[in-house]
Amino acid sequence: MVTWKNNGLSETKIHVSNLDFYYGITQALFDITMDIPSQRVTALIGPSGCGKSTFLRALNRMNDIIDGTRITGHVLIDDEDIYGSSADVVRLRKRVGMVFQKSNPFPKSLFDNVAYGPRTHGIKNHKQLSEIVERSLRRAALWDEVKDRLSVSAMDLSGGQQQRLCIARALAIEPEILLMDEPASALDPKATAKIEDLIDQLSDDYTIVIVTHNMQQAARVSDVTAFFYEGHLIEMGQTEQIFTKPQQKGTEDYITGRFG
Amino acid sequence: MSGKFSQKAMCWLMRLTAYFVVLVVGFIVFEIIWHGARAISWEFLFSMPRRSGAEGGIFPAIVGTFLLVAGSIAVAFPLGVATAIYLSEYARQGRFTHAVRVAIATLAGIPSIVFGLFGLGLFVIFLGWGCSIMSGCATLACMILPTIIVSSEESLRAVPQSLREGSLALGATKWQTIWSNVLPYSVGGMLTGLILAIGRVAGETAPILLTVAAFYLPKLPRSMSDQVMALPYHLYVLSTQHPDTAAVLPKAYGTALVLLILVLGVGLAAIIMRIHVRKKYKW
Repeated sequence: MVTWKNNGLSETKIHVSNLDFYYGITQALFDITMDIPSQRVTALIGPSGCGKSTFLRALNRMNDIIDGTRITGHVLIDDEDIYGSSADVVRLRKRVGMVFQKSNPFPKSLFDNVAYGPRTHGIKNHKQLSEIVERSLRRAALWDEVKDRLSVSAMDLSGGQQQRLCIARALAIEPEILLMDEPASALDPKATAKIEDLIDQLSDDYTIVIVTHNMQQAARVSDVTAFFYEGHLIEMGQTEQIFTKPQQKGTEDYITGRFG
Repeated sequence: MSGKFSQKAMCWLMRLTAYFVVLVVGFIVFEIIWHGARAISWEFLFSMPRRSGAEGGIFPAIVGTFLLVAGSIAVAFPLGVATAIYLSEYARQGRFTHAVRVAIATLAGIPSIVFGLFGLGLFVIFLGWGCSIMSGCATLACMILPTIIVSSEESLRAVPQSLREGSLALGATKWQTIWSNVLPYSVGGMLTGLILAIGRVAGETAPILLTVAAFYLPKLPRSMSDQVMALPYHLYVLSTQHPDTAAVLPKAYGTALVLLILVLGVGLAAIIMRIHVRKKYKW
């Protein structure tokens, strides 16, 4: 079993211990234990079906909505067990924002997309909403491109803009943690570069966990990298070390492109 | 050469069947307009019938059909949409939902006269509502429930799962998600089911025959417990039950035309609403 102790990089934001996950009777994650550092970018890499997306979705309990799933073990965010009996899923998801692989803007106006979260949490005042929308769009590096057309449908944006809109929408609820499930996999290189720049900026304030298929991307954007294989955490460490001196044979084979 | 010929022949055969359908519809509409238009007048539309419908108008039947449509939709639409939301969004797919779906399919296949008999037994006699608008609306509501449930569920399922996930991930509750990020996009599809339902309610004779429709009642209803005349039943009475059917035939055609216009009009309104909704929410 691999455990990676977060030694001195920064405080631990998410502490996962002995996490097992099942779809029905199929076990998808085996005894995962890891510390995710605060205000850093942690990349989850591994071949398709290795469980990295399932693990990511376990961090904001998005797997709950799939029938027949079961989880054991602990996920502590700031020492609070998110699977504990007193845990509140709605509050959890406010603290842990998520950006999906396929950008999923709502078929509403740009404004209504970004204001969706705050409205859901009870903010009705238009001036206050406008401020949140502007701040979130600026933070997602989209404001200058769309400030004059906030009332057009989100479906009219380009793919890269749509994904940044989804990031803005997640930021609008002021989360502490941002989960990203291959956020740039459907984008062209230019749009991908924008998203990567954005991740770099956001990591000053947010704890970011990103799933990626792209080795270069993991190397470029992350501080810490975790390698998953067949539901097991094989190796985790500072990104530089993982890519230059991997300790495990499997990690080395994967990052050098021998499989996957 | 012969292959090419059979290709062409088949194409024409198919085309002819399509023409045939258009021809049938065209003939029915033409026939009704041709014979019915002459009967239409202000008096016909807005006055009470006299001498068993041989003279005067069909105003109470128009009002009756309108009330039956409005009443049964008011009952069946919320009930059907709620059932669809439960089936599509909340229920764990399993033996129970399967049983519910079988029940819905069975309900859709029951002949309308059986619904009439059921309404007579339950609403008119057992619940003691008597032959009344209330009983008629309840019976018609049972009849159109499957149409509304099935079309609503389909339109809910057409909303991509990613939109639900996006909303839930922002900390919205399940109900908030359904209300603000699923229902608005499925209204268009629900309206389609509503159009079909309205057409059926306005046109059915059998269910109302046993539960509400009056043979001849030249006054407007005062409450939901009154009986009422209705267009399809009035049409049936005029064309088969009247002592002098030949003389009242123009009135029968006039009634048919009004019924047709009513159904098409409501359908058109719903289609316009649907276009408007679809334009607002597309993905």
